[in-house]
Amino acid sequence: MHGFLHPRPIRRNMESIMTRLLAAGLALIAVPALAETPVLTVLTYDSFTSEWGPGPGVETAFEAVCACDLRFVGGGDGAALLARVQLEGAGSDTDVVLGLDTSLTAAATATGLFAPHGITGPTTLPVAFADPLFLPFDWGWFAFVHDRIKLPVPPTSFAALAASDLKIVIQDPRSSTPGLGLLLWVKAAYGAGAGGIWEGLADNIVTVTPGWSEAYGLFLAGEADMVLSYTTSPAYHLLAESDDTKAAALFDEGHYVQIEVAGKLASTDQSVLADQFLAFLLSDVVQSSIPQTNWMYPVTLPAGGLPEGFDQYRPEKSLHLAPDAAAAVRDQALAEWQAALTR
Amino acid sequence: MIPARVLAVLLLGVVVAPLVAVAWRGTGLALGPADWAAVRFTLLQAAVSAALATALAVPVARAIARRGFPGRGFLITLLGAPFLLPAVVAVLGLLAVFGRSGIVNQMLNALGLPPVSIFGLQGVVLVHVFLNLPLAIRMILHGWLAVPAARLRLAQSLGFGPNEIARHLERPMLRAVLPGVALVIGVLCLTSFAAALMLGGGPAATTIELAIYQAIRFDFDLARAAALSLVQVLITGVAALVVLTVARPSGLGLGLGQGVRLTGPGGWRLAVDISAIALAVLFLAVPMLAVILAGLPGLDALPAQVFAAAGRSVGVALASALLATGIALGLALAAAKGRNLLVEVAATLPLACSGLVLGTGLFLLVQPWVTPMMVALPVTVLVNTALTVPLLFRILQPEARALAADYGRLADSFGMTGWARLRWLVLPRLARPLGFGAGIAAALAMGDLGVITLFAGDRQATLPLVIQQLAGAYRLDVALAASVLLVALSFALYWACEAGGRRVAA
Repeated sequence: MHGFLHPRPIRRNMESIMTRLLAAGLALIAVPALAETPVLTVLTYDSFTSEWGPGPGVETAFEAVCACDLRFVGGGDGAALLARVQLEGAGSDTDVVLGLDTSLTAAATATGLFAPHGITGPTTLPVAFADPLFLPFDWGWFAFVHDRIKLPVPPTSFAALAASDLKIVIQDPRSSTPGLGLLLWVKAAYGAGAGGIWEGLADNIVTVTPGWSEAYGLFLAGEADMVLSYTTSPAYHLLAESDDTKAAALFDEGHYVQIEVAGKLASTDQSVLADQFLAFLLSDVVQSSIPQTNWMYPVTLPAGGLPEGFDQYRPEKSLHLAPDAAAAVRDQALAEWQAALTR
Repeated sequence: MIPARVLAVLLLGVVVAPLVAVAWRGTGLALGPADWAAVRFTLLQAAVSAALATALAVPVARAIARRGFPGRGFLITLLGAPFLLPAVVAVLGLLAVFGRSGIVNQMLNALGLPPVSIFGLQGVVLVHVFLNLPLAIRMILHGWLAVPAARLRLAQSLGFGPNEIARHLERPMLRAVLPGVALVIGVLCLTSFAAALMLGGGPAATTIELAIYQAIRFDFDLARAAALSLVQVLITGVAALVVLTVARPSGLGLGLGQGVRLTGPGGWRLAVDISAIALAVLFLAVPMLAVILAGLPGLDALPAQVFAAAGRSVGVALASALLATGIALGLALAAAKGRNLLVEVAATLPLACSGLVLGTGLFLLVQPWVTPMMVALPVTVLVNTALTVPLLFRILQPEARALAADYGRLADSFGMTGWARLRWLVLPRLARPLGFGAGIAAALAMGDLGVITLFAGDRQATLPLVIQQLAGAYRLDVALAASVLLVALSFALYWACEAGGRRVAA
């Protein structure tokens, strides 16, 4: 049925089976037609590979210089990527994982599946971060986004938000990386007082969604006054939709930084190509495309500078928990969140 | 033909093997207090949703069964549509009506009344009733239409009024049909994830499916995922056994032909029927219209990847529908011959399986042999087939029973077996529910976003997956337009199967 409707994937698979069989059994016979270009498989989150994500541009640019076939595999969101890598284990066909964030890298390190990237250099990151296994490729500040016409004076802190009767939508920390980021944000800002902040926020939270897109959709549909997103979200509306009504509320406590990283799997059979790809991620061609495809900050400043709107909301204080610290507080922070919101 | 016993065992294998594979990789099956809270909430919302959807469906199905009006056939077809909506789309539609700035709250505001909130248990129940009421109406309507014509003629010649018809014909029929309907809907609500989470209002509304998601995605605790999945399966098993004992055959069988329609009584009963149909149409159509209108403007901006993905989805849908219909028919015919526990269990359990656990298990099973990406679409077909067989089985079962009762002995005495029996007796007599069932299966497979998220590789994404990618990249307007395309394609498949079935039956 599929072969009939969509001959291409099946045929490609057949080709690869044939290739392996022939290579194994007929190694003595020269078959020049089978001299394949090497394939680099990169596992990443879904939105990265979408038509408007960074994926297509990165693929074209890298294939122009690598003499290889770069294949992106979409594997859900950041947390799903790590589960996928663990499922695949050492037998994985994946060479590079792109799109974990630093709240997941401690667990990713513990799997022992990743290899060092060996790249050092200055970054635009507002917090100190360096990891032998995971290479940052973009970052952003979490923030509550609102409509500045409907809400001209947004709250300036978690405490003020909790005291207001504003309605907010957030993501579930158990199924989404922004949701987990918010948990760590409150924990980094308030420490032992985090549970109290969540109790205060409980009556502001309209609902908790499985992922970022559902929450953002509810906000755009008018179901909430504010939504957990990024300080760069208003820039999307400004540049892609010429809509300047969206704004990010700056909080006195500071803003948590999400750092997105890429890592090479130790089991890769394309180690050199994988290294080349990781280095390529920091090239100007990729970094300059990040702001308007992934709507995040690049880790190196592009030659042409940042696009309009990216300097609009810059928090004075950045918060971040190192991967080990984030992993250590995660379960307790989740329990506090759950207890406060279940009541 | 393949014996039903073999089909049942194969089906159970597809469902149980992945569960075992997941449990195998974990260590110890233990559940914490938060997990039990999730089990309790899941049971509560599933029971309330199923009871409400089934109860509300009865007056609507009766009104449609006993009234003739222009557009009746179209209405029956259209009733399938909400069931085919992806959960997130259904939620957006309901928000346009019941949300903070929705129609209902605008009206309340104009009347000076306080607004109502859709978020919480009420929202979870609302979206489940919205999605499943049409299915309940259709299944109950099939029951009504299956009341033998001879009985109706007898009732007419005896001068039965509405009360006598209710007591002697309708109640026995409902007693036979309703438990199965409630079971299917309850189990569908049991495994609901995105809809329950979006409208649940917070972690108090955690369902078992979300707990499974968390166990796999965030803790990589495969043992807990397997244990939770096992709880889901056990609950379904117990519910299926209860239904088996509660549901009684109507005793209305034995009587050829179904050409006679119930005559609708006049007076206040006419008013009740009209308002039942009108309210159901209003409740189901307004949210759908809201979504479609919101999605239309983005249609011309759809990127090429959407259409390629749509093609793949149609392929998956057709293959799953064909397989699921064949298997369900085999099981339903076997079950119609007499009580068959193996078949009943095989035809119910897959419904209770968590798509995520099934996908994860299959991933673990497949990976040592082939690259999972290479089998992404076949595995999607397989899982969708397994998950839709139970639904088709319930749709086919009442009429398969009637067929066995009416013609079984006659066909046996002719020695009519095998393909001849299938071709000349079964297919023509069951064409209507077969078409409806195949349509439902195709549309459900079309909208499925389960295993494909684990298996899909480069250029293998199905339409629901592409919609998720678009929504994740801020393109919510395009995602909505692609959702409208998805709904249109699902509905077209469903309509084609349904109309095909009716044409063969006529």
